Amino acid sequence: MAHDKSPDAELARQLLEGYPGAFDRFVETYGAKVFQYSYLMCGQREDAEEVSQETLMKVFASLDQLREPERLKAWVFRIARNACYMKRRKSVFAPSQELSLEEFLPAFEGDGERRKLQIADWSALPDDLVLQGELRRELDQAIAELPEIYRTVILLRDVEELSTEEAAQVLEVGTDVVKTRLHRARLALRKRLDQYLRSARQERTEKI
Amino acid sequence: MSGRPKEHRAEECREVFERLSEYLDQELPEGDCERLRQHIEGCAPCVEFIESLKKTIALCHEYHKSEPPRPIPEEILAQMRACYQKMLGARSGKP
Repeated sequence: MAHDKSPDAELARQLLEGYPGAFDRFVETYGAKVFQYSYLMCGQREDAEEVSQETLMKVFASLDQLREPERLKAWVFRIARNACYMKRRKSVFAPSQELSLEEFLPAFEGDGERRKLQIADWSALPDDLVLQGELRRELDQAIAELPEIYRTVILLRDVEELSTEEAAQVLEVGTDVVKTRLHRARLALRKRLDQYLRSARQERTEKI
Repeated sequence: MSGRPKEHRAEECREVFERLSEYLDQELPEGDCERLRQHIEGCAPCVEFIESLKKTIALCHEYHKSEPPRPIPEEILAQMRACYQKMLGARSGKP
C-alpha cells in the first residue's frame, strides 16, 4: 500500500510507533484545534477545556483502533463532536432550526442591463485592516449564533479545512447533507458580514 | 447580449447562487461547472456576489478564537501519557 505523506498521516504513524516527540506534537496541534471547535460548539470555556482533554485522552487510549492513519483528523473530530454532544447545553444545542436558502439569496435592484445586486462593496476589504479586524469580531459572533447543525459544518469544513468526505464521516451524514448545510452556513455568514459592512460604511460616511 | 430574455438570465443567476459552494469547491459535475462558468464570465452581479462569498470563506480559513486554551494541567498530561503508554504496550504485545 502506498504511504500517504500528509502531515496528519505521518503524525498518526509516528504516534503509533511511539516516536519521540510525537505525543507533545499531537497535544500541541490538536489540543488547540479541538479546543477551538469545542468552544464554538459548547459555548463555554470550561466545557471546551474538558471536552478537549477528554478527546485527547480518548485518542491516546484508543489510537490503535485508527485503521487508516490518513483519517486521523476526521477520527479526532468525531470523538470531539461526540464529547460536545455529551456536554450539550439546552441553550446551545436546542433543536436546530433549518436555514432556508431563500433567506440568504441576494436581491436585485433595477432590471435588464442595469440590474444590480443589493450588496455591500467588498472590493476594498483586503486593504482595509481596521475593517478586517471588525469583520473578524463580527464573524466570531455570527458563527456562534448559527444553528448547531450549520455551525459544526462550517467549523469542520472552512475553519479546520476538512474535506467534504471527512466532515461527512465526523457528522455521520451523507456528503450531500454536508454540501447543503455548508452552503447555507456560508450564505448566512456572508449576509451577516454584508449587513455589517453596509452599516459600517454608512457610519463612516456620516462622520465625514 | 441585450437581446437575451431577462428571465432566463435571472434563472441562471439563481442557479449560480444556489450551487456556488459546490462550484467554488470544485465539486460540480464537469458539464454543470462549465455552464455556470460561462454564465459567470458575462455576469457582473454574479462576479460581485462570488467575490463576497469567497472573502467570507477566506475569513473563515484564517479564523481563530481570540481566547487560546489554557495549558493542560500537569496531572492530566501525565494521565494522557499513561494512557498512551498503555496503548503502545498493548499494541506491541499483539502478534
